[in-house]
Amino acid sequence: MMTAEITGARALWEALVAEGVDVVFGYPGGAIMPTYDALPGYPIRHVLCRHEQNAAHMADGYARASGRVGVAIATSGPGATNLVTGIATAMLDSSPIVCITGQVPSTLIGSDAFQETDITGVTLPITKHNYLVTRAEDVAPILREAFYVARSGRPGPVVVDITKDAQLGLCRPDHGAPVRLPGYRPRRRVEAAELDEAARLIDAAERPLVFCGHGVVKAEATALLRELVDKGDLPVACTLLGLGGFPASDPRHLGMMGMHGEAWVNEAVQRADLLVALGMRFDDRVTGNLASYARGAKKIHVELDPAEVGKNVACDVAIVGDVKDALRGLVPRIAWRRREGWRAEIAALREDAEAHDVQRLPDDGRLLAAHVMADLHRLTGGEALVVTDVGQHQMWEAQYYRHEAPRSLITSGGLGTMGFALPAAIGARFARPGDEIWVIAGDGGFQMSAAELSTCMQEGVQVNVAIINNGYLGMVRQWQDLFYEKRYVATPIVSPDFVKLAEAHGLSARRVTRRDEIEDAVGFARMQRRTCVIEFQVAQEDTVYPMVPAGNDLADMIRRPRMKGVS
Amino acid sequence: MTELRTFAVLVEDVPGVLNRVASLFRRRNFNIVSLNVGRTHERGISRMTVVVEADARTARLVEANLYKLVNVLAVEDISERATVTRDLALIRVSAGAEERAAILQICEVFRARVVDVAPSSLVVEITGAQDKIEGLAKLLEPFGITEMVQTGAIALTRGADTGATALHRLATEDAAADRAA
Repeated sequence: MMTAEITGARALWEALVAEGVDVVFGYPGGAIMPTYDALPGYPIRHVLCRHEQNAAHMADGYARASGRVGVAIATSGPGATNLVTGIATAMLDSSPIVCITGQVPSTLIGSDAFQETDITGVTLPITKHNYLVTRAEDVAPILREAFYVARSGRPGPVVVDITKDAQLGLCRPDHGAPVRLPGYRPRRRVEAAELDEAARLIDAAERPLVFCGHGVVKAEATALLRELVDKGDLPVACTLLGLGGFPASDPRHLGMMGMHGEAWVNEAVQRADLLVALGMRFDDRVTGNLASYARGAKKIHVELDPAEVGKNVACDVAIVGDVKDALRGLVPRIAWRRREGWRAEIAALREDAEAHDVQRLPDDGRLLAAHVMADLHRLTGGEALVVTDVGQHQMWEAQYYRHEAPRSLITSGGLGTMGFALPAAIGARFARPGDEIWVIAGDGGFQMSAAELSTCMQEGVQVNVAIINNGYLGMVRQWQDLFYEKRYVATPIVSPDFVKLAEAHGLSARRVTRRDEIEDAVGFARMQRRTCVIEFQVAQEDTVYPMVPAGNDLADMIRRPRMKGVS
Repeated sequence: MTELRTFAVLVEDVPGVLNRVASLFRRRNFNIVSLNVGRTHERGISRMTVVVEADARTARLVEANLYKLVNVLAVEDISERATVTRDLALIRVSAGAEERAAILQICEVFRARVVDVAPSSLVVEITGAQDKIEGLAKLLEPFGITEMVQTGAIALTRGADTGATALHRLATEDAAADRAA
């Protein structure tokens, strides 16, 4: 179907509308001006960020909260390079975003023109794919392709760099033309023989563990996972990004695995005779020392990306494909079986570990971050969408905010990007307008993107922000404490008065210094119709336990010391 | 065990594709021994021959990672297959009139050809496997090699089977079936 002749800039917005985009996050500049100039009249809202990195995080937060593709827009040169950390964050967590950048006119490419950067070259290793568009007629078909690549298969970020002359040139876009990608095969059919073999291993296992990874969330496979677990009586451990993929209240849910995973989970992994890994990639933070990792266990690896299979951990059965397809095949194949002995063994490990739990510490008047997480969970009924930053608070949240539903936790797991939480939450707000959203950030990470409070004000975005302020870059300080003989180099951090900072932005704020103030402050935040910042001044030198030091055996954990008077 | 493994890779002939492949090898820490790229009989399709130092596990990851590149059409690890593998080298050797006969004799044994002659030097062209080229270079060394250039290996599997090209055709048919379904 041919349409009237329009500019490349208009073709761009038409293509976005055709993809169902209703919000984009961005920042204008010279080389993208024709595109911005053409925006009025299209049913797409533009959210003005305060730094392009945050535009990418907003698109990412939108994508993770909704499962749809998020869109960020920036100009050439510094606008484009500012996106880089946001793109890398989306890449490592397989988040589907499309970043559109302006580029200098095609005649100037290679001349080091004003605000010229080779952004396709720069982003080559941190994108799923990228494009340089120099002709108006290519704008719409390439955007269509970009959205398809971003969301299909293992999702990821795609950059589309569009020269100014391509935005200004005329074309007749055909938005119905099929995507032509002869080498791109995003979906693989799972093989029956592998499913049979996997089912045989599951039926034969005495001490099996199911791992719920990010792939379960992305494939929306929670219901099928529950069927598998019901039938085989299988305990489930989650990766950080898999939290919420299986409800925390289910008695078979064990909690998080890995460096700051629950002690009983890591011990169970080392005792297991079978791991059924669903949609995960055996990151070093999950496995600890690979040489001693789950040595007694056979491994079934269900993974969409064949390049992840056998990368870190060798497996006995590889099921390459979508987690949902694999579970659909596995559930009818496995036998109904109860595993009381194994469950009792894990329960004993758990009982022993719970004696170390921070919740059992006698109240010595200090406000501990873990208390904040546990109370937030209680006060929000466990139903908030929580967006965490990176560091100690992120791990405490993962341990103490018990996630019931998929897409109820958004966090930068793979890249560990500080400053991620506030902008990601702003993006998530547009995907989930009716849901309660809590940002949880440390004093360090929050200051990396605090300028986005202005965006909250200008765009009328409401999120609740919990700043866990311990006056340190806490996780680095913890490592200095444990591994660098307490030399606190460059980790003490001075913060502004966060209450005044929020108020300076026209936002509400409260400060909490004692545990008995939490309930009131959280209630206050939940009453607000605009963004509300709650600063929690917590104990300065608290440690995230348990901890598997990097490279240690998984069960070789540093535990929270038992307190006197506690059994 | 690390050994040399050879991959035939069909790619879309689009700008930047060589950069994408090279960047992948660098980023994943795969060690390239040689990489050759050129056109094929099919319009829009280029063929790369990549020789990599890898064990069996790494070889599988090389293949899987190459497939992740959107512009890669087909990958075949032909290390275990019977192949015709060739390298082309041009070698400039110092040679006055009195040394020419000896050099020509050596060239004959190696089925190399002299493709340019100057008063004090000549250029020898040789095709073959890497060890043959190295053998010739070793014998020419005493005369004085002043310049040398090599293409890197190119390879086709032996027999009627069309290797990576057949893989690509099958994949295209599969993709069409997927779309139809």
